[in-house]
Amino acid sequence: MAELLEIKNNERVQRVHIPHLGFADFRQELIDFAGAGGQVVQFFAYADGSALKMLAVLRSEKLYVVGCDAPDNFASLTAELEKFHMFEREIGEQYGLKAEGHPWLKMVRYHANYTGKRDIFANDYNQTIPGNYSYFKVDGEAVHEVAVGPVHAGIIEPGHFRFQCCGERVFHLEIQLGYQHRGVEKLLQKVPFKRLPVIAETIAGDTTIGHGLCQAQALESLAGLKVDEGSSSVRSIALELERIANHIGDLGALSLDAAFNPPAAYFGRIRGDYLNLSQILAGNRFGRGLVRPGGVTKIMGVEQRQLLSDKLAELTPEVEHVNDLIFSAPSVLARFENTGTVSAADAEKLGLVGYAGRACGLAYDARVSFPTESYADLPANTSLESDGDVWARAQIRREEISHSTTLIRTLLEKSENAAVYLPEIPNLAPAAFVVSLNEAWRGEVSHCILTDDDGQILRYKIKDPSFHNWIGLALALRDEGISDFPICNKSFNLSYCGFDL
Amino acid sequence: MFKVIKNRLEQGYRTSKYPKETINLYKRFRGLPKVDRNCSEDLVQRCAAACPQEAIDSATRQIDLGRCVFCGLCETLSEGLFVSFTQDFEMGTAQRQDLFTQGDLPALAEHSQKHFKKLFGRSLQLRQISAGGCNACEADTNVLNTPFFDLSRFGIQFVASPRHADGIHVTGPITKNMRQATLSTYEAVPSPKVVIASGACAISGGPFFGSDEIVGDLNSLIPVDLYIPGCPPHPLTTLHALLNYFK
Repeated sequence: MAELLEIKNNERVQRVHIPHLGFADFRQELIDFAGAGGQVVQFFAYADGSALKMLAVLRSEKLYVVGCDAPDNFASLTAELEKFHMFEREIGEQYGLKAEGHPWLKMVRYHANYTGKRDIFANDYNQTIPGNYSYFKVDGEAVHEVAVGPVHAGIIEPGHFRFQCCGERVFHLEIQLGYQHRGVEKLLQKVPFKRLPVIAETIAGDTTIGHGLCQAQALESLAGLKVDEGSSSVRSIALELERIANHIGDLGALSLDAAFNPPAAYFGRIRGDYLNLSQILAGNRFGRGLVRPGGVTKIMGVEQRQLLSDKLAELTPEVEHVNDLIFSAPSVLARFENTGTVSAADAEKLGLVGYAGRACGLAYDARVSFPTESYADLPANTSLESDGDVWARAQIRREEISHSTTLIRTLLEKSENAAVYLPEIPNLAPAAFVVSLNEAWRGEVSHCILTDDDGQILRYKIKDPSFHNWIGLALALRDEGISDFPICNKSFNLSYCGFDL
Repeated sequence: MFKVIKNRLEQGYRTSKYPKETINLYKRFRGLPKVDRNCSEDLVQRCAAACPQEAIDSATRQIDLGRCVFCGLCETLSEGLFVSFTQDFEMGTAQRQDLFTQGDLPALAEHSQKHFKKLFGRSLQLRQISAGGCNACEADTNVLNTPFFDLSRFGIQFVASPRHADGIHVTGPITKNMRQATLSTYEAVPSPKVVIASGACAISGGPFFGSDEIVGDLNSLIPVDLYIPGCPPHPLTTLHALLNYFK
């Protein structure tokens, strides 16, 4: 740990102060840290002039950052610890740097790399996805393969799922994403400042506030902007409303997947009521246009406070009753319990975050460990669930609905009003680095920005919680019936576009 | 069973009476923007320069609803003197050029193709394709199936197979990686078929315009019949467009 620089969430650091190691030392530091239970927040490559470099942000109880020169070929860290598996694939895809000895080095999103180096996956990107890639295959007379997607049988984002099955039993599930790849990181590095917030809000629509907040905080840190307490309250309320709406929608959908329809109808509608609360606050059901670098665009006046608190008072008992209906139905219990289990050990090895991690007993919640906005003053939710199955994930989300409701009530009682928002384009600090973490509804969202000597964005790196958790879903399906896929999938409800960027 | 009945009684009947009765959305909702033609040139220029979506043409003083993400910045900047967002959610159009507006859209019902009304007026089955959509458009399309909107009471359904569909409803800026899947799905729908572009992304690339990983405009790939603007379109915007275009 001697070589790592301790930093704070959203702390601006001059890039020269970040320890810059040789690759061998860098690799050893990361392996030692992750081997001792630390997790990877960010691990990516970037071009600094003509040189390629790597940077890692790690977390235990604290946050650390370290960098190194990036070799074209390097000894894979994944070969030692699984925590790096997706990051190394991404580095290979984005910069053509090859992790030698990576056990399953395949492309992440299917696009040409940024450096013009020879493609390490030997893909011709004029060909349609998935290009030159063969799926993991199980052989045997009784083994068959089921391929689903990219276009699915519902109003849902695209992705390809390949199951290796023996009868109904799933041996292995491989998930190939990338269909939603819009080139977000590259775009954020070239567009004028005015476009940044709008793009951040559409990285993952259901996490509009989560991603918007990460970006706003990172830019504020780089520009030296202070956000007043009233604006922080509004931001925190918006983040919690987003959490409640998504949890409610998913619990309804889970109930539907267990063939118990009434709660699905009720929660389908009630989710909309929570979206409408975001609309009262922001003028948009997803909270778009609310969070901007420097504050919030809308003041929460007496009228909005009253509307929010009245509506919450009306909805909360309804939500509790419907939850009681779901969680006391024997048919639902029978489907939720012992389905799609991920062990605590696997969850730790893969670095699962959010409710997917908490359901396995990993307590990590960025609101508690690295609080932003109003969270340092708010109580945390402690859950006793640790079974790692669909039940645990559902139960935690039920708990988080009531916890978030309490948080919103507390925040509504605070009297500070947000400062009036003035749209302006600030200057970013040159040669600086910042990393921002927030606990969005799915888990830890992180944005990392590096600026060059002129204060322009040199590298914009985004990590959605789904980046960690998709592999969790694949593991949850091992040895399950293939008909349990929908219920397992819904219990994670991961983002395609947040992953694909 | 007792709990089911109790909850059913508590929930009651929640389906909206729209379109027979109007719905008033909360005053902060940003629907159809209205432009004040007499606003000072300086203010128009400032708004046009600040617009993150480059959706304001200062010469014609029109807003392109196909690019606009309804962020409200122009309203804030001009303090409502140049642009003010109304709560009018009825914004679907049959022509791309109609989306360039100062706040007066042609009545959609009169612009739909008559044979579509005859063919699909009583029953319309759509296949949804998310082609790079951020899941906001998808989510607010999905809610049309919840009891408040109850889309199927109008004979409109989203179906699983393109073979069962009368048309496609596309969201997202058509990523390069979804281009082929979008075309294949379209081809799998039997003719005659309709194509609906929903949300700023499918119409113009939305927030992602300029990215080299997207097609950016559904109409450049397949001829579009119906445009539903928004980021995402409010469920009522979609409902209004479907009812007026097909009914």
